[in-house]
Amino acid sequence: MSKKTYSQAINEALRQEMRRDPNVIIIGEDVAGGHGASGETGGVGGVFGLTHGLFTEFGPERVLDTPISESAIIGAASGAAVTGMRPVAEIMFVDFVGVCFDQIYNQAAKFRYMFGGKAKTPMVIRTAIGAGLRGGAQHSQTLHPLFTMVPGLKVVMPASPYDAKGLLINAIREDDPVIFMESKLLYGMEGEVPDEAYRIPFGEANIVREGKDLTFVAFGAMVPRALAVANTLAADGISVEVIDPRTTSPLDEDSILDSVAKTGRLVVIDESPPRCSLAADVASMVADKGFGSLKAPIGKVTCPHTPVPFAPNLEDEFMPNPRRIEEAARKAMAWAR
Amino acid sequence: MQLSRDDLKRAYRSMVTIRTFEERVTKEFAQGNIPGFAHVYIGQEAAGVGVCFDLTDEDYIGSTHRGHGHCIAKGCDVQGMMLEIMGKQGGLCGGKGGSMHIADMSKGMLGANAIVGGSPPIAVGAALTQKLKKTGKVAVAFSGDGASNQGTTFEALNMAVVLGVPAIFAFENNGYGEHTAASYAVGAPSIAERAKSFGMPAEVVDGSDFFAVHQAMGRALERGRAGEGPYALEIVCSRFLGHFIGDPQGYRLPEELIQARANDPLPRFRTGVTEAGLLENADLDAIEKQVADEVEEAVQLAMAAPRPDIKTLETDVYVRY
Ligand SMILES: Cc1ncc(C[n+]2csc(CCOP(=O)(O)OP(=O)(O)O)c2C)c(N)n1
Ligand SMILES: [Mg+2]
Repeated sequence: MSKKTYSQAINEALRQEMRRDPNVIIIGEDVAGGHGASGETGGVGGVFGLTHGLFTEFGPERVLDTPISESAIIGAASGAAVTGMRPVAEIMFVDFVGVCFDQIYNQAAKFRYMFGGKAKTPMVIRTAIGAGLRGGAQHSQTLHPLFTMVPGLKVVMPASPYDAKGLLINAIREDDPVIFMESKLLYGMEGEVPDEAYRIPFGEANIVREGKDLTFVAFGAMVPRALAVANTLAADGISVEVIDPRTTSPLDEDSILDSVAKTGRLVVIDESPPRCSLAADVASMVADKGFGSLKAPIGKVTCPHTPVPFAPNLEDEFMPNPRRIEEAARKAMAWAR
Repeated sequence: MQLSRDDLKRAYRSMVTIRTFEERVTKEFAQGNIPGFAHVYIGQEAAGVGVCFDLTDEDYIGSTHRGHGHCIAKGCDVQGMMLEIMGKQGGLCGGKGGSMHIADMSKGMLGANAIVGGSPPIAVGAALTQKLKKTGKVAVAFSGDGASNQGTTFEALNMAVVLGVPAIFAFENNGYGEHTAASYAVGAPSIAERAKSFGMPAEVVDGSDFFAVHQAMGRALERGRAGEGPYALEIVCSRFLGHFIGDPQGYRLPEELIQARANDPLPRFRTGVTEAGLLENADLDAIEKQVADEVEEAVQLAMAAPRPDIKTLETDVYVRY
C-alpha cells in the first residue's frame, strides 16, 4: 500500500496487466508519441501521461501509436479482441467518440448477443471525461448516459485512485467491451493504492460515507463534490449517506434502494444534461422500486440542457457545484410528509 | 496575378497581426489570463494568409483547433477574438466558444473546430450551397496533416468530387499531428497524392512562401469560381512551437526547431519585397508598429472586460428543463 495519484493508479494497472498477459495491447493516438520525429520516441505516453513508460517497457508491438483515425482505432480494437487479443484502446477525450460511435455501439457492443453468444469481445476503451478545465464544448463532455443505454457495454466511472486501479484491472480481464471513463478533474487526486494487482467487481457500489437522513448518489468527479457537501451538512446535523455506484452499467440497484429505505430521501448528482441522464435513470429506478421508502421528491442536480460553455464563470455554474448540491439537499430535508 | 503595393502591405499586415497576436496569446496564457488550452499558429502565417487573401466575406472557411491565424486571415475582429479567448463578455461567441470555437458568420468564418477532421465535411456542405445558389463563391476546409488521416476527411474529399462542389481542401502539413510526425502517420507518399487519387487536382506548395501559396490558391479559386469542382493544396510549413502552449516537445531536437525558424515566412516576405524594390523597410516597420498597438489595445480591453452575464448560460438553446 502506498499513496498514488489516480493517474499513477491507472498507469500501474496497465503495466501490471501487460506483464501478466501478453495479449494485452495498447492502441491510440500518441500513447507512445514521437514516432517519425527527430527527438525521443515513446516519451509522451498519452496527452495526459497515462501510458507513460509503457512503450519503453513493452515496445512498439504492444503500445501502438495510430494516425488520428478514431473509427479505425476502435474497429481495429474490436477486430483484435474477437480474434484473441485484449486491446486497451484510448480515445483521448470522450467527445471524440462521435467520430467512431458506430464501431462501438453497432459493432463491439453487439457481437456477443447478435452472434448468438459465439463471440467474445474483451476490450477496454479508456477515455477522459468531464468539464471544469475550460476545454470548451467539444473537450468537456461526460457522455456516460450515451454508453449506459447501449446493451452489451459495461460502463465504469472510477472516483478514486483505489477504484481506478481495481476497476481497470477488472475491465481488462472482462470478456465484454468496457467503457472506462476517467475523470480529468481527478487525475491528480491522491489516495492509498495497494502495490499488487486486485480486482473490483462491476455492479458493486461503494458506500463512501454512511448516513441516516439523506442519500446522495454521485458518479465520477461528482463523488468527491458530493462528499464535501455531505461533510458541510454534517455540521448542521444532517447526516448524509454518499453512494458511488462505480459502474453505471451494470448498476448496483440494491445498494441504492437499501440506502433510500434507511434515509427516505434521495438526491442524485450527475454531470450531464438533465434529460435521459443517470440522475433521471436512478430517480426512475427508485420511484419504481423504492417508492414506499420516499419521504420527499427525488432531487436531481445535473448540468443544464446546453453544450458546455467556455467562460469560467459559465462553466462553474454549468457543473453541479457545491451550492446547487446543498440547495437540493436542503430542499429534500425541508419536505414535510 | 500582380499584387499592388497596397496588396503587399495588406498581406504583410495580416501575417504580422497573426504573429503578434499569437505571441501575445502565448504570453497571456503563461500568465494565467487565458483559460483552458490554446494552440498557436506561429510559423504558419503565410499559409493562412495566402489561402484567404483573395477570398471575400461571402466565401467560407472551416478551420481547426489551431484557428486563430485562419480567423485573422479571414478578417475576424482581433478585439472580439481576444475577448473570446479570454472568456469575456463581447467575445465573438459571447465567451461561450473559446479559442477552439471562434466563429463569425458575417466574415464567412464557419468556426475553429476542436474535432480533428470536423471541418472538411462542413466545407463540402458550404460549397454545395454555393453550387446550388450559383454564387460563384467557394468554401475552404483547413486541415492539418493529422486531420488528413481522419475518415471524415476521406469521405469529404470523395463527396466533393462526386457532387462537383467548389470546395478547396487546404492541408497545412506542419510535420506533426500533436507529438507524432506526419512521416509516420500519413501512409501515402504525400497528402496531395492522396487527394489526387480521390479525383481532384492537387499540388504541394511551399507554405513559408506567401507568394507560392497565394498563386496556388489562385489556381484552386479559378477552378472553384468557374464551377469546375474541388481542389486540394498540401501546404508544407512548420510549427515553430509545441502542439499546445506548454508542450515540452521532447520529441523534437533543438536543431529541428532552429532549422524551422530559418525559413520564417515573415522575414522571407520582407526580404523578397524589399529586394525587389516593391516596398521599403520603413513601410513594413510602420505596419509592425500599428499592429503592435492594435494588439496591445485588444489585450488591455479584454483584460478589463467583465465575464459573460451568468444569464447567458441558458440562452441560445431552444428549450430549458
Ligand atoms: C477527433 C479528434 N481526435 C483527436 C483530437 C486530439 N487532437 C487535437 S489536435 C490533434 C493533432 C492534429 O494534428 P494536425 O491535423 O496535423 O493539426 P496541427 O495540430 O498540426 O495544426 C489531435 C490529435 C481531436 N481534437 N479530435
Ligand atoms: Mg499538423
